[in-house]
Amino acid sequence: MRFRSAGPSALLVEVDSLAQVRALHARIEQERARGWAPGLVDVIPAARTVLLDGVADQPALADEVRTWSVAPLTAGSGRVVEIACHYDGPDLADVAAQWGVPPERVAAIHAGLAHEVAFCGFAPGFPYIAGLGGGHETARRDRPRPAVPAGSVALGDEYTGIYPRASPGGWQIIGHTGAVMWDAGRDPAALLEPGDQVRFIDVTPR
Amino acid sequence: MKPAAGDRAVQVRKAGALTTIQDCGRPGYAHLGVPRSGALDAPAHHLANRLAGNPAGAAVLETTLTGVTVAAECELTAAVTGARAVVRVDGQPGEHGAALKLSPGQVLEVRPARSGVRSYLAFSGGLDVARVLGSASADLLSGLGPARLADGDRLRLGPPGGAGGEPGCALGDLPAAAPAPDGAGAPAELVIYPGPRHDWLVGPGLAALEHGLWTVSPDSNRVGLRLTGQSVERRRGELPSEGLVAGAIQALPDGHLVLFLADHPTTGGYPVIAVVDPPCLPACAQARPGSRVTFRLAPGPAGLG
Repeated sequence: MRFRSAGPSALLVEVDSLAQVRALHARIEQERARGWAPGLVDVIPAARTVLLDGVADQPALADEVRTWSVAPLTAGSGRVVEIACHYDGPDLADVAAQWGVPPERVAAIHAGLAHEVAFCGFAPGFPYIAGLGGGHETARRDRPRPAVPAGSVALGDEYTGIYPRASPGGWQIIGHTGAVMWDAGRDPAALLEPGDQVRFIDVTPR
Repeated sequence: MKPAAGDRAVQVRKAGALTTIQDCGRPGYAHLGVPRSGALDAPAHHLANRLAGNPAGAAVLETTLTGVTVAAECELTAAVTGARAVVRVDGQPGEHGAALKLSPGQVLEVRPARSGVRSYLAFSGGLDVARVLGSASADLLSGLGPARLADGDRLRLGPPGGAGGEPGCALGDLPAAAPAPDGAGAPAELVIYPGPRHDWLVGPGLAALEHGLWTVSPDSNRVGLRLTGQSVERRRGELPSEGLVAGAIQALPDGHLVLFLADHPTTGGYPVIAVVDPPCLPACAQARPGSRVTFRLAPGPAGLG
């Protein structure tokens, strides 16, 4: 773990893998539930870092976190959320070419992978769902689309994302879902949160 | 007969270029991708509310350069703070930074800002709009919260007196507002701390910031200030996205800087080379397009000692 100061009141903790981010974030939330570091306002997990915003004494907090032995999470320990996906996106052929498989295999492969929400960002309720390891990492489009429809299921790098609302986007769209990713009037507003297991169900009419 | 709380309102006569409703924003939801949002000039927001007899965190109007005109539909106390602007009540001079008593039908005009960018207009009782994740703030990055004002909007006010109203912002209870820089005046000096990726700078490193003179670009907004006129040398490439704080200064690939304000995205992939000291954020909020800023490294060791 490496600690980087992010201004007078925030600390960025850097680790080596997404799995370590998930484990560290889980530990931090456990400790917070017990009243640890009450000044923390936001804890933001990302790809290789966890940002702690609201830290009064950065050296003391870093020293404490350094003493933690953060155990890797057992696979499949989070809440399971099913996402019904129509695998009918415009980039299926591109993704198939990147993966080296026929286009009709993409749905079965994607739905068969173990997916877990690593973090959220880009827009409220936009999940970065990790799970495209083992040769299924997917390069983004060369030219982003000016408008990607809400509900689009798309791939970028090691992640699957689902667009909560229409927005520009450069990820490869493999399908769409009717699941409402974000509803500010709902509690919780975000359908998916960091740590959730995601099971994609292929509901493409054939 | 005493009117019901729902009868208290103001009507928007001229919405101005961009007038939004703001309070203390949405702290605590960044892990879901929700920006902090809230009034950019927190001390001015708090002061307007105190003058109007409200809890410091009540919802107010935030203007952008061009001002706003409203008509009272009830007896109320209003206050204008933040960017300096001529204030008129029924065409007569009113005072900036003071409590203004209005009767039904009276028109309060906040003219275009003479210095600074954002004026704050509070009404006794506060603006009574639907809260999203606990906040009335319009978040222009993600579209959360109420729409920007339009001519003819009717804005409901809460009951005056502040009982049961918002507490002050837990965050952003900052010292008095910094003087607002303007295009002609002296540059605003912003105190900075080294950012988590200051090691991405090459050449003179952070000294390049200290010795530079930067210009606020016209495409600055509530998301952030774009600073041009100078560039820093940085390593090529991008980082995996990581969390951002308000005041974070990213070095873009072309060497220009983005200084993030309240509606900033929660994560980003350009290196954060420095972070503005929070008491300087109000000055950033009031920095006009074309105005200049300089940076000074905070004395003493960085946060990690």
